[in-house]
Formats: sequence, C-alpha cells, structure tokens
Amino acid sequence: MPTPLVEMINIHKWFGRVHALKGVDFSVNNREIVGLVGDNGAGKSTLIKILSGLYPPDKGKILFEGREVHFKSPKDAMRLGIETVYQDLMVVPYLNVYRNVFLGRELEKKIGPLKVLDIIRMKTEVKRLFGELHLEVASIDSPVETLSGGQRQAVVIARAMYFKTRLLILDEPTNNLSIKEAKRVLEMVKSLKQAGISCIFITHNLHHVYPIADRIVVLNRGVKVADLPKAETTIEEIERLIISG
Amino acid sequence: MGFKEIGISFLQRREVSVTLILASVMTIFYCIQPRFLSPSNMSVLLRITPELGIVALGVTLLMIGGEFDLSVGSVFGFAPLVMASLLNLGTNTWLAFAIVLIMCMIIGAVQGVITVKTGIPSFITTLGGMLIWRGVALVITGGHPLYFNPSSDFSYIFTGKILPFIHAQLIIFLILLITLQFLLERTKFGNWIYGVGGNKDAAEAAGINIKYVKVILFIICSTLAGLGGIIQSTRFGQAMPNQGSGLEFDAIAAAVIGGTSLFGGVGTLIGTMLGEFLCRIIENGLIIIRAPSYYFRLYIGIIIIAAVIGNLYIQRRTLKLR
Repeated sequence: MPTPLVEMINIHKWFGRVHALKGVDFSVNNREIVGLVGDNGAGKSTLIKILSGLYPPDKGKILFEGREVHFKSPKDAMRLGIETVYQDLMVVPYLNVYRNVFLGRELEKKIGPLKVLDIIRMKTEVKRLFGELHLEVASIDSPVETLSGGQRQAVVIARAMYFKTRLLILDEPTNNLSIKEAKRVLEMVKSLKQAGISCIFITHNLHHVYPIADRIVVLNRGVKVADLPKAETTIEEIERLIISG
Repeated sequence: MGFKEIGISFLQRREVSVTLILASVMTIFYCIQPRFLSPSNMSVLLRITPELGIVALGVTLLMIGGEFDLSVGSVFGFAPLVMASLLNLGTNTWLAFAIVLIMCMIIGAVQGVITVKTGIPSFITTLGGMLIWRGVALVITGGHPLYFNPSSDFSYIFTGKILPFIHAQLIIFLILLITLQFLLERTKFGNWIYGVGGNKDAAEAAGINIKYVKVILFIICSTLAGLGGIIQSTRFGQAMPNQGSGLEFDAIAAAVIGGTSLFGGVGTLIGTMLGEFLCRIIENGLIIIRAPSYYFRLYIGIIIIAAVIGNLYIQRRTLKLR
C-alpha cells in the first residue's frame, strides 16, 4: 500500500472537560476525495482545525508523506500545501477577484529598485485558472462582494489550485448555495482531483458528497465510527451511522 | 468600453459624491462672492490645506487598515513643541527634525503595539495617547507658545514660495499623496492593508501578519501627524501647546467625506484629499462671504452626513445598473 499523503494517528482533543476527539485515526491518500461527515458536534471541525494548524492536538501525531510534522500555525500547514477553506468563506469582500486570489502571495515585478504588483500577470493567471475550472468569470475586476456564493467559492478554490496545494480542506462548501451552484462546486472538486489535488470535503449533506467521494469517514461524538470506500457502502448505511454511531 | 461602462466605472469610484459636493459648494461660494475664486484666495487655500491634509492621509491609511488614531491632533501639537525646545537649546535644525520624526515613529509604534498586543480597540489606545501627548505638551510649556525658529533652508524647503501661488508644503503634500496612493494600489503591502481592514480573518488565513501591518500603519500615521505640525509651526514661527486640537476629528471627517469606510477595507487617498479640500473650502468660503465663522462646524456636520448618504445611494444605483 502506498504511503498516505496525510495520516493522523490517535488524535485526542479536550476543551476544558469536553473530550471532543477520542483517539481518531484519519488519513487521506494522493488524489483522493474523502467525505468527512457527521452530525453537529461530532468533531469534524475540531479534527480539521488540528490538521490545518489552528489547534495543536492534545495527544496523537500527524504524518505528512510518512514523516511526522508539528504545526504551530496555519502557515506551517500551508507551507506543506494543506489549505483550508472555511465555512464562512475567507475572502475580502471589497477587494476584486484577482487581488483576493493572490492575497498574501501577490505576484510582483521589479521597476528599477521598486517591487510593484504585477497586475497583468495576476489577471492572466486568474483567467487561466478559471478556464481550467470551466467557470465563466463575470469580471475579475469586480469586488468579490458583488459575486454569488458559488463564484466566491470558485475564487477560493482557484487560489488553492494556483498555489500548488496538495490537500484542500473544504468546510461545508455547498452550504447556502443554490442547487445549480452546489453542482458546479462539486464539479470543481472533481477537476481538482484530476489536477492531482486531494480533498477533504466536510458536510452534513450526504447527497452532495456521496457522488464525488472516493471514501467516506463518519464521526460521531468524537469517535470515528466508519471509514468506508464508497463502493462498499450506501447512502442509507451512512445515514444510519451518522445518527446512531 | 462603451459610454455606459465608462459611466458605471466612474460612478463606482467612491470619490464621486465628494467631487459632486465639492463642485457645487465651490459654485455656490463663487456665485455669492466671485472673489472666492480669486488667485489670492486660492493661494491662501493651497497654503493651509497641505499641513492638515498630510495628517488626513495617515489617518485614512490607518482607517483602511481597520484602526483609528485619535492622537494625531496632539502629536501635531507635541512634535513641533519638542522641536522648538531642541532648537532653543541650539540643536541643528535638521538634527532636531530627525530626532522629532523618530520620536513620532516611536509614539506610533508604542500605540500600535499596545493595540495589537492587548487587543483593546485603537479608539481607546489613541484616545489615551491624545490626552497624554496634549498633557505632556502643556506640562512642558506651562501653556505658553514657544518660538519656532528653524534654519532658513529648512523654512524654504517646507514652506517656501516655489512658484507664484505654489508653496513648498503643497509639493510635499502632493508627493506624499502620490507615493502613498501608489503604495496602496500597486504594492503588496497596499493589498495587505485593504485585506487586513476588509476581513481580518481572511488576511490572517492568507498568511498575512496583520499585527505587523497595523503597527506599520500606526507609525506612518503618527509620523505624518508630526510632520504636519512641524510645517504649520514653521509657517507660524511658533509652536503652540493647543496646536491641532480637534484635528483628529477633522481628519476622520475628511476621510469619511472622501469615501473611506469607518469599518475598514475601503477608501482612497485621492478621496481624502478632496474631502480635506472641501472642509477647508467651506471654512474659507464662509469667511469670504462674511458668514460668522461659527457656522463652520455646522456645515461640516451636514456635509459628512450628506456625503456618506450620497456614497451609499450611488453605490446601490450602480449595482442595479449592471
């Protein structure tokens, strides 16, 4: 069996007296879409926040391509190519599309001793990325606040694609989207896989994750209750596991 | 680009409403008293606007980054006082100037670091700063003005008459305006300023060091406040302990009138320049038409509200036009 891209082993997390994660093992392989499902409070977000470097685990270890890693901040995880897209979409509403895509990692060119933004190159790159994701771009000069939820999601996903992400963590990416837009986001996730990016897809809408996932992991009250290749399970079985554990 | 697109992209600029208000206010004053647009009066306006405008530039940058600085008026008074004291001790003008600018940077850095480290609102930190620096100024001077007598080359570079109607402070202001607008629109750091003010969490998740960005902005803001104060004192030939009081709100007003958001993430320096110019025009126009000067604050108050409503209205309209 090949080494997984990421492996979390025996992860524990306490918040005061609440034992949020009780020894969870979780892994993602290369070019794999893993659906992480569970009811509210099952521990999905906590697990993901540990993997993206926001919290340290109280016990357990994280391996990246077989080597143990310690994340002190999200920056450490990002350096390895682990990007997280949170539920409350991390975009700056008043900045336009390409400024958002490149926020924090702007492309620059030199004019004499000065380093200035390379706006032309940023625009071309964003157009290319959106082409790869099969997205119509309204206008990459408009502020992100004027875009629809699905288009904003695309901005964030384009960002992950550009920066050679290895693993993209999507936290409830289809929440608050219209049916048509949710479908488009799912297609984008599929094209990410073709581009060689693994994906963790967190949701409580099983009908969204089931069609695109390779494997489905179910958490219930801080415990992993199932870890099944999609081919070996059904929506009904997973639904039962989410509720009863 | 068709006519409609050009129209929309013009209306999308947040400076639209201030430009319209500025044009109408100037027309009104001119109709009442044509002398308002006379070269000598314009020359007066172009002499007094820069020193206050320089302060408003810093305040705007900080507001775009999501923070306030209420201490600028006090630093505007305190910096020239310290420089005057150094000059009275026989210090070289340029050395004194450098010392005072460094002092202003430290003031900004201290206020910035306290704000980002403790997480208290900058409104509070700099409200404290406003009282402290004004207090120190009063203690040093006992409330009396000091002579401010820099070397003649210094006076010439900061307030000299370069061309008819053009004084050095206007050039300095324009250079700062262009440089800082360039920083804001065309550099990485500028993008970070908008990012930090527009959505702090997104900026942090994108790997931007938001504390660093904010502290730098506080430093720029205090330094520009000190510079403005020094230019004013050079013009007056004295440093007054109450110099610049109330300036913090004038600067915020200029920024807001020019389209800067109180909540951060939105604004331009060009807008602030127009806003500052509008405030000074109202002040000056009221004198020219011989209205009692007490009307000044009243009109500025009305205009702040009108400009912000105007911005909001125009924005909603342009969104519908698309």
